[in-house]
Amino acid sequence: MAQGGGWLIMKREEIRRALKAVSPVSMADAEHPNKGYHLEVTVTPERLVQTVGILDQEGFFIETITGVDWLGEKAALNKEAAAKDAAKAKAAADAGETPTAAADAGPKAQDDDVLEVVYDFNRYDAVCRVVLRVRTPRNKPRVPSISGLYQGALWHERETHDFFGIDFEGHPCLEPLLLPEDADFHPLLKDFNK
Amino acid sequence: MSVFAQNQTGETFVLNLGPQHPATHGVLRVKLVMDGEYIQEAEPILGYAHRMHEKMGENRSWHQFLPNTGRMDYLHALAYNLAYVSLVERAAGIEVPERAEYIRVITTELNRISSHLVWFGAFVLDLGGFSPLLYAFDDREMILDLLESVTGSRLTYCYFRFGGVYNDIDENFEPGARAFIKRMRERMPMYHALVSKNIILMKRLQEVGPVSADMCRKYGATGPVARGSGINFDVRKHEPYSVYPEFDFDIPVYHECDSMARYMVRMDEIEQSLRIIEQALDRLPEGPVMAEKVPKNIKPPKGDCYFAVEAARGSLGMRTVSDGSTTPYRLKLRTPSFSNLILFGEACRGMLLPDALAFMGSLDLVIPEIDR
Repeated sequence: MAQGGGWLIMKREEIRRALKAVSPVSMADAEHPNKGYHLEVTVTPERLVQTVGILDQEGFFIETITGVDWLGEKAALNKEAAAKDAAKAKAAADAGETPTAAADAGPKAQDDDVLEVVYDFNRYDAVCRVVLRVRTPRNKPRVPSISGLYQGALWHERETHDFFGIDFEGHPCLEPLLLPEDADFHPLLKDFNK
Repeated sequence: MSVFAQNQTGETFVLNLGPQHPATHGVLRVKLVMDGEYIQEAEPILGYAHRMHEKMGENRSWHQFLPNTGRMDYLHALAYNLAYVSLVERAAGIEVPERAEYIRVITTELNRISSHLVWFGAFVLDLGGFSPLLYAFDDREMILDLLESVTGSRLTYCYFRFGGVYNDIDENFEPGARAFIKRMRERMPMYHALVSKNIILMKRLQEVGPVSADMCRKYGATGPVARGSGINFDVRKHEPYSVYPEFDFDIPVYHECDSMARYMVRMDEIEQSLRIIEQALDRLPEGPVMAEKVPKNIKPPKGDCYFAVEAARGSLGMRTVSDGSTTPYRLKLRTPSFSNLILFGEACRGMLLPDALAFMGSLDLVIPEIDR
């Protein structure tokens, strides 16, 4: 039977504690009525398999795996930072201060754009949706395969490889699943146009 | 399995099942490596009906994607309508009038019954029984007429809108739906007497296609496949959406893990859906069927959100990432048959070919929903 809300909060706390072991990049509760999931965890690719192992031990089932292409995210952040700097410099100039060199040297995101792989896990006994996110550089997207732990990932990873070109290391067969067998394109990349 | 293990000849041949094959119900191809009549390996090959709905979601407005949702699972299209409108309503914070939610539940459940009836007919047809298909389509016709009168279409529905439904039900709908409930309740004992208790059907399904609960978990199987393996999981109960919490209904669960269990789950679900529809008709509130202030150009705030509904084949999830513009930045469709089919390869190893076809029928696959 469906478990009550109190049980769910306790369970979530337990999972949070277990997941602390992999020192996630970030971990936050999400408002289920607005977001549709309960817990959001970002980990580094190196810790992915270990994290999924914990969810496996906790009895989660795999809902799906997908990707998001964040092309232009860094450029947008830089632009935003530049605009902020400019506004600051302008405000300083208006106030009659001489602009200092420090104003232009604000913190800038210099890294490459990233692809994000999103893993959805859930439980049968009480809904507890955990969203696991892994970021990998866009020019060489590589993430370890979790198909050794969850066989269902075999197809989800193949599909994500089809659409985004992400290389799931350790996957036994990353051939196109939904795309034609000779497909050498990845249609969900934002710079794909055909 | 043991018979297979004892009698392996070591001589195998490859057999193509599909993509044009009546038992695959669409364009699914399965590459089978056979050892005599036994299956050594089975590899489903997908993509024949792939249309890249997820890309289409990225290059049209939130509204314009609505008709796409009716063209994935053509048998339970309203569940896809419902998942998508609910997702966008969640992302954009749109309230829905109560009457509209009731109408959504009534029509979605009617559609679920029509979907199960097609499965029932086609499944028994796969097993060699022709006439149940005609009985099932006869009943389904009543549902299609009812749904046609409110939605305007008979199969690829596009009925729900952000903030409500496109059209209020007319005065003939309620008596029609009640007449259908009455008729369907009278028909169910006949179906059970004619088909469920038929010794040939039982022999074909019992202990065929074992899927353990742990296997469901590893492969992410949901819906009647999981419920036939003793897993009590139904999104309508566990993660309630719309007005489902207001209705009294049970989740049929069977513990046999075989094709017969999955068959019984769906047959019982028809009766449960009838209960939901009856209660919803009894309590159907008056009022508008569309929210008043729904913007023409929807721009959900930045961020992502997820919405799951229980479709006829299992848990259907949609995730969207919005960048605050009039088109989705990303739209992910988590379709139930896709996850349910992944386990086919492992489960049918060592099975006789005709048993594998019975097993495949018990998974209730809809190919355009798998391929998207």
